[in-house]
Order: sequence, then C-alpha cells, then structure tokens
Amino acid sequence: MSLATHLFLPASSSIPCLVKTRVLFSSAMALKVHGTVGSPATFRALAALHEKDLDFEFIPVNLSAKEHKSPQFLAHKNPFGQVPVFEHGDLKLFESRAITKYVAEAFADKGTSLIHKDPKKSAIQTVWTEVEAQKFDPTVAKLGWEIVLKPKFGMTTDEAVVAEFEKKLEPLLDVYEKRLTESKYLGGDSFTLADLHHLPTLQGIMGTKVKSQFDARPHVSAWASDILSRPAWVKVASMLTK
Amino acid sequence: MATPPVKVYGPPLSTAVSRVLVCLLEKDVPFQLVPVNMAKMEHKKPDYVKMQPFGQVPAFQDDDITLFESRAICRYLAEKYPNKGTAGLFGTNPLVKASIDQWLEAESQSFNPPSSVLTFQLFFAPLMKLKQDEALIKQNEAKLEKVLDVYENRLGSSRYLAGDEFTLADLSHLPNTQFLVEKTDKAELFTSRKNVGRWWSEISTRPAWKKVVEMQNA
Repeated sequence: MSLATHLFLPASSSIPCLVKTRVLFSSAMALKVHGTVGSPATFRALAALHEKDLDFEFIPVNLSAKEHKSPQFLAHKNPFGQVPVFEHGDLKLFESRAITKYVAEAFADKGTSLIHKDPKKSAIQTVWTEVEAQKFDPTVAKLGWEIVLKPKFGMTTDEAVVAEFEKKLEPLLDVYEKRLTESKYLGGDSFTLADLHHLPTLQGIMGTKVKSQFDARPHVSAWASDILSRPAWVKVASMLTK
Repeated sequence: MATPPVKVYGPPLSTAVSRVLVCLLEKDVPFQLVPVNMAKMEHKKPDYVKMQPFGQVPAFQDDDITLFESRAICRYLAEKYPNKGTAGLFGTNPLVKASIDQWLEAESQSFNPPSSVLTFQLFFAPLMKLKQDEALIKQNEAKLEKVLDVYENRLGSSRYLAGDEFTLADLSHLPNTQFLVEKTDKAELFTSRKNVGRWWSEISTRPAWKKVVEMQNA
C-alpha cells in the first residue's frame, strides 16, 4: 500500500501489520510503544521519541486480528481500544498527544526541545497545539479517509463530503498562512509539538490533490516541506517502506 | 478596585467560554467578562479576529498575552496559578500531570466530538430555529454511549477521571454535559450509568460550576 494510504489509518482499522521492529532499551526504566505502523497516532508518538533521540521498544499491535479490541488490551492498555499505548517504567499512557507531551517534558534536556520553557511562549505553543487537535486533524483526517482510505477498503469516496471538507480547509489554511508569516513555526520561533503533531496527517494529505491548497500558500508550503523533511520524521515515515 | 488584568471575551452560554470561566472560578482568578454580540457577527469583525484568528469564542487576555482555544487557556491558568484556588487541577508531579493530560485528550478526542454534535443538534439548533439531523443524532448518541461505557468502568475504580482529585480532565467535561443533562432528553445517558452519574453529580455541584450555570441563565 502507498505511503498516503497508510498514514490515514484510523486506530481501529484492520490492516495487516507490517514488519516488527524491536529497538531494545536495557535500562530498568524502559520506554515502550505499543502501536501499529501506519497509524497516524502511533506515528505521532514515534516522531516525538525520535526527535528526542530516545531508545524504545516498539511492540506491534495487530489491528487486523483485532488485538486492540481484545479484553486484555482494553483492560490493561487502552480502554478505548486504540493505539498507541506508551510505557515508561510503571507509567502507562494512551492518547498520542498526551504521550508526546510527557516525553517532551520528561526528557526536556535530551535531543530536540519540543516545548517552550518560558510560560508565555509555552502558552502560545499550547494554543496552536490545540488548533491542530481541534481543527486541523479532524478536517484533514476526514479528507484522507474519503480520498485515500475508502477506495482501498472497497468503499466509494463521497465527493460531496470531500468538497465540503476542502471548503473547510481553505479558511483554516488561510489562518495558518497568516500565522506563519508572523512566526517561523506555528508554536513560536522554533519547532515544537505544535508543529510535530501535524506530521502524520500532513504527510498523508500531501499525497493527494489537496496538496494544491498547501502549495497555494507560500508560508504554509515552506513550513510543510520543512517539517516533513526533518530526519526524525523521515525515520518514522520510512517504517512504511520496510 | 482595579480592573482585573484577565479578560474573557464571549457569551457564557458558549461551551468553550464556560470551560474557561469555570477554570478561572476554580482558580479564584478575578476576571472581566467582555460580551461579544454574536448575533451581530461581532466575533467576525477585524478587531476581534486580531485576538482570535478563527473568529470564534472565547478570546482571552492576561497582561500582554492573548490566547484562544479553551483547553489551552485552562492549561495556562492551571500552570500559572498552581497553588491558587483549587490546587492540583493540573497535578502536583509529572506522573499525575501525564494522567490528567491523557484524560484531557480523551475528552478532546473521544468525548467532545459526539457530545458537541448532540449539544448542537438538541439544544442550539432548536434555539436557532435550525432543522435537526436525526441520523446525525443517532450516530453520535451511539458513539457517546461507547465513550460513557469506558468512563463507567474507569469511574468504578477512580473517584475522578485522572485519579482521586478533581482535575482539568473532569472540568473539561462540564460544559457539554450540562446541556445534555439539563437541556435535552439525553440525561439518562449519564444518569443511568451508576459511576458516571455519581461523578456528574459531584463535579456539577461544585460551587464554581454552579456559578457558571447562574451566569448562563442570567
């Protein structure tokens, strides 16, 4: 399957899991991610771990075997039956944006700084992190589902829905264009979680006709190219081709 | 008395505005509520859009900082005033904070979408004389039921979502649930579930939330 297809997988889809990669961490406080290659949420968490140069064990969750809906998974990993699930010693977390935040704070001095320490800068970054969660992701993931995934699952793209959501995306990207004219990155003058959280969904949509909306806006286009070419992200995305 | 430096722009009836208001009240942070006449499209005018580029409510100002997105504003307040008012809204150590973040994200990603659709369809649409979408209502009720089943299980072994203390994670649920329980015929989604019902009863009777509801009904 294509890169674009994989990146729109919702957490509960049934796609056969691909290669098993295990990067072992020998310390007592091991980092683990239970997830699925191609799941945007899993990739969001992995992007943060790679930005921080952290060693972790990746434990594949077999979505096609409905492993994420098994009683054990629901009871001991994520009661919502979704990937990823993160472990750090005794701490267990679900929700990719909570995982990235924890990693960014717990390992603040390692690798790329993904958060601002100054309270005012941090507040601004949190604003744009919410924009991704509340506005960008729902809009773009919906487009990805219609354009990329439905055909792969033998379903028909609803062109009316595509048109509706393309129309929603335009003013959203206008705000992004203005923001990125005033600020190098969404959350401030450096790359942070506010930008990182966009990566999986952004990568997926750039493989579709919707890319033209991004290309039409110079600052958005430059920002997208910039963050998609970060080595940590390229490392995550390359899991799809292994 | 000097004008409080904190300003919140928007009507208290807005779920997002009320989320910020309850947080300010829980934290005992004085604020000024600035009305925004949405019927007159005040929220789309250039002066307002300067503060909130999406033309939505709330907008928030504290000293020289302007913020939007209610959950971002709540996080800012909880971090700026950790020991003021209700302490521990964002936890007292990184592990607790991680758990709160997790349930805040669960609210944002799993609870908010279906409960927002239902709130709009069942409360705001009739108010605005808009046609209701029965299929959408049914679809989202089913989604919300699944989420509430998870909450029912969680709240059977935990007093509040993130642990034994009331936190931002619980607070974030107040606005939509208030409408669904008090202003629609979907109350039993919450009240028929023993643990969810118990949790709702506890969090909705907190003085700060009661004050917000008064502001909404004013």
